[in-house]
Amino acid sequence: MQPTKTDGTEYFHRVVDCQWGCPAHTDVPEYIRLIAQGRFSDAYLLNRTSNVFPGILGRVCDRPCEPACRRGRVEEKPVAICRLKRVAADHRDDVTARLPRAPAQKNGKRVALVGAGCASLTVANDLMPLGYECVIFEALDKPGGLMRTNIPAFRLPAHVLDEEIAYITDMGVDLRLSTPVESMRGLLEQGFDAVFVGSGAPRGKDLDLPGRHDSDRIHIGIDWLESVAFEHVSKIGERVLIIGVGNTAMDCCRTSLRLGASDVKVMARKPRAFFKASDWELEDAEEERVEIVVNHSPKEFVVEGGKLLGMKFDRLEYDIDERGRILDSRVVDEVMIPCDDVVLAIGQDNAFPWIERDVGVEFDKWDVPVVDPVTFESTLPGVFFGGDAAFGPKNIIWAVEHGHQAAISIHRHCHGAPLTERLPRGVNLTSAKMGIHEWSYSNDFDPAARRIMPHVDLKSRFKKLNIEVELGFSAEQVATEVERCLNCDLQTVFTAEACIECDACIDICPVDCLTITPNGEQEEIEARLKTPRLEPDQPLYVSAELKQTGRVMVKDENLCVHCGLCAERCPTGAWDMQKSTLVVPYAVHELAADETGSSEETCHRARRTG
Amino acid sequence: MTSIAKPKIVHRGLRRNALGLTIRDYEGGMSTLCAGCGHDSVTAAIVQAFFELDIPPHRVAKMSGIGCSSKTPAYFLGASHGFNAVHGRMPSIATGAGAANRDLYLLGISGDGDSLSIGLGQFAHAVRRNLDMLYVIENNGVYGLTKGQFSASADVGSKAKRGEENRQPPIDPVQMAMALGGTFVARSFSGDKDQLVPLIKAGIRHRGFALLDVLSPCVTFNDHEASTKSYAYTREFRHRVVNADFIPPREEIKAAYDEGEVMPIELHDGSRVLLRKISKDYNPHNRGAAIDYIRSHHRAGEIVTGLLYMDEGDPDMHGLNNTSRTPLNELPFEALCPGADALASLQRRFR
Ligand SMILES: Cc1cc2nc3c(=O)[nH]c(=O)nc-3n(C[C@H](O)[C@H](O)[C@H](O)COP(=O)(O)OP(=O)(O)OC[C@H]3O[C@@H](n4cnc5c(N)ncnc54)[C@H](O)[C@@H]3O)c2cc1C
Ligand SMILES: Cc1ncc(C[n+]2csc(CCOP(=O)(O)OP(=O)(O)O)c2C)c(N)n1
Ligand code: SF4
Ligand code: SF4
Ligand code: SF4
Ligand code: SF4
Ligand SMILES: [Mg+2]
Repeated sequence: MQPTKTDGTEYFHRVVDCQWGCPAHTDVPEYIRLIAQGRFSDAYLLNRTSNVFPGILGRVCDRPCEPACRRGRVEEKPVAICRLKRVAADHRDDVTARLPRAPAQKNGKRVALVGAGCASLTVANDLMPLGYECVIFEALDKPGGLMRTNIPAFRLPAHVLDEEIAYITDMGVDLRLSTPVESMRGLLEQGFDAVFVGSGAPRGKDLDLPGRHDSDRIHIGIDWLESVAFEHVSKIGERVLIIGVGNTAMDCCRTSLRLGASDVKVMARKPRAFFKASDWELEDAEEERVEIVVNHSPKEFVVEGGKLLGMKFDRLEYDIDERGRILDSRVVDEVMIPCDDVVLAIGQDNAFPWIERDVGVEFDKWDVPVVDPVTFESTLPGVFFGGDAAFGPKNIIWAVEHGHQAAISIHRHCHGAPLTERLPRGVNLTSAKMGIHEWSYSNDFDPAARRIMPHVDLKSRFKKLNIEVELGFSAEQVATEVERCLNCDLQTVFTAEACIECDACIDICPVDCLTITPNGEQEEIEARLKTPRLEPDQPLYVSAELKQTGRVMVKDENLCVHCGLCAERCPTGAWDMQKSTLVVPYAVHELAADETGSSEETCHRARRTG
Repeated sequence: MTSIAKPKIVHRGLRRNALGLTIRDYEGGMSTLCAGCGHDSVTAAIVQAFFELDIPPHRVAKMSGIGCSSKTPAYFLGASHGFNAVHGRMPSIATGAGAANRDLYLLGISGDGDSLSIGLGQFAHAVRRNLDMLYVIENNGVYGLTKGQFSASADVGSKAKRGEENRQPPIDPVQMAMALGGTFVARSFSGDKDQLVPLIKAGIRHRGFALLDVLSPCVTFNDHEASTKSYAYTREFRHRVVNADFIPPREEIKAAYDEGEVMPIELHDGSRVLLRKISKDYNPHNRGAAIDYIRSHHRAGEIVTGLLYMDEGDPDMHGLNNTSRTPLNELPFEALCPGADALASLQRRFR
């Protein structure tokens, strides 16, 4: 094989599984180390650079980083990355003085943002410090989008939301509440330099079965949650059926319990392995005694004289192969399940009734706008989309990343620069060696299991709708959980010319991820690895040929616990532990690059100061 | 705080042997040798061999003398017995241990200083009495522990780190063991586990004295340019003449070999050693010819490695001296100490 290229950003970024998995590339290991040092404010601000809403996301992030986390492959459970983020937020000092500020001198550019959800807020967060005038039009009388209207307060308290939204709006955003945008054409006529559409995917899917329109006790999940959030609805019947088993269903069932329901069933069409809801959301719902019923396909609403009696379902049976795929299914029988209310939580669609189809924004055959996945520009130059409005419903952290990218595009658009020539990402490496037997990080492998989040007890939590269930980690739990992180950004960096092939690194590696072997084709090398390659998606490092025998050093990154022992036992320093820092460009770096003309340098400098 | 101990991580790639143990169960304490020392690789090879042989660690007695090499039993088989003898005296302690308990696997670890200088006499007699043990010499041409003085295995012309040259002829433990009637004589290199691990396995299963001379570079005092025991020099001038494959009892021989090139040797426990000739003109069954070959190649600057001589037929110490089959610690007290009357009658026989 050819020697692996590690000079770009991709190799070392991929090794930091959590950061690779995070849509916004949050520097997880660095913020975990800052928490370990008690530097909560620093950890908070580091988070904020990439994910903008650490307090919110530390509670409700979809956390794609956790399934990706290496710790989950080395033992059973990943590091509690998300809940550690909340630790940074909960224990930070007043950081207002350290937040980005808008300059007194504006740059004369005006940007319109439709919707005050996390996508638009991120765009404003990135553009305000550059001197833009940002006008956010929001239909509702409060900002926050689905974070406020749909994510229940028992998961995300309003004060957390208010505080982090204010960090952005206090920069001087022109936030126009209760001001729905009713016409794109009208908006364009107001002469903004750019328009960002962050209006979400506001239409809950309906279920057009017999009886659907014969009762007012059948609710669309996201609309119903919004009514609850705005206190238009404050109770529900005793027996509630939730249709669908995604994350919206989980919020609907738990909200029902807090509005007086005592028998709540979540009705799923498929077996458990096919559920869309995250494991932890299912766990939390089941802890509250919600019943999850599998293999029931909705058939009919049973309504008599305008009164909802229940719902009929087909009971299904599935044929599933060894690889877990459904081959076939059949109806076993029909059941009627009595209930007082039904909540439909089967998904959301985009809806843009306010965008005239002849205004220049092209829509595809599913009536979804055509949006460039890199620049987030629509087919109408100067009009950008992001968040759920761009590619359908996702989650907060994706909306934030869309916002960052759209902000870069908007800045380039407003300055007549090509949208595609964006600043590149970078990786900085610095040796972690501090002296003999001394490395700059806690390299010891702590075998502790993942800490369990303490919850408010099952009685008290239902007393009010907005009692936050999760209490946050205790100091002891934090101290243990931070040590579970393997510091994947402390990279093993190899210098082939220095290796004398003494085998010391091979012998010491506690997870047997190193091999010295004759070079060959990938399959041949893989067959000779000291430990079989369990995760073919994990990078394989192959060195240049070694001096003494012409063999190659091979590293399977999969299980490396970044203990540094290979470097510790290497007599020649051929292995070194080097801390990698991913340099992610934001709009502010574009500005700095405009001024100095050197993109890379400013990117690095801004990262250090910002 | 920086940790330099190898953490025990039971990961998904870890295999288990017939006893249900992982290779980590065959490790010992953390090495305190210099980073990159060849001895640590020999340790790793021993760990691997005992793991693959499914030998319960507590059935092994590790014996050693003094030296960096002799320290290494602390770094493998943490759950076995061990004895760290005074300098050069390990063979006699091992003889006693072997005589007392034939059921233990005896594994001796020594250095070129420990065996070829102060312990030369002890070493020679252990070979001669065909003590049933694997005797490993971790050979680096220097006294590593005392900071790199030339040992008796240093080659003429080899230079010390400071530049002085060795003028005395080396003692080659391999040629010595052959001359003294050794029944299993092998040489290998710490940097070649493919060759080393099967030799350790075969040596452990061999009945009688198995000498394994392992070139094991001292990375701190003898890995420089003008040294003939460095990693680079050993790699360049090492000449493999016979490879040994170890096949455990009841296991099929899978690899295909050319007739005539392979010499299978059956061991007393049913396992087999397959000797594969790499050099056509080498015969591992002819003691005289083998010594000549090794000597002439040494003169030409080559280091001959492999399983160089093997004979399963000769009686070992237990056979020659009719030692107790039952380990002494399992004999009833009356048998071990038959009492004053028995002693008196024995003494009468010598009057
Ligand atoms: C029940 C539920 C629970 C969820 N839980 C989570 C979770 O735990 N974690 C997670 O990461 N994600 C969760 N999500 C998804 C997440 O909320 C969304 O992906 C995210 O809020 C999308 O952000 P956005 O800024 O694109 O749009 P939104 O948050 O939808 O905001 C859009 C805003 O635009 C306004 N608007 C729309 N049209 C107009 C108009 N014409 N004029 C003016 N204003 C307009 C809306 O009123 C709204 O305030 C959940 C979603 C639902 C439905
Ligand atoms: C009776 C006695 N004499 C001398 C010494 C000093 N001494 C300690 S180790 C050693 C030589 C060890 O050399 P070797 O066996 O080759 O081991 P290495 O350190 O090279 O592995 C000597 C001479 C001693 N410990 N005891
Ligand atoms: S162990 Fe730490 S650095 Fe590695 S993937 Fe998990 S959280 Fe990230
Ligand atoms: S840091 Fe080195 S020794 Fe530790 S697990 Fe990774 S490769 Fe192995
Ligand atoms: S420890 Fe260093 S010199 Fe030895 S094999 Fe590993 S990388 Fe090469
Ligand atoms: S001094 Fe030499 S023999 Fe001793 S531990 Fe160091 S490298 Fe090994
Ligand atoms: Mg020595």
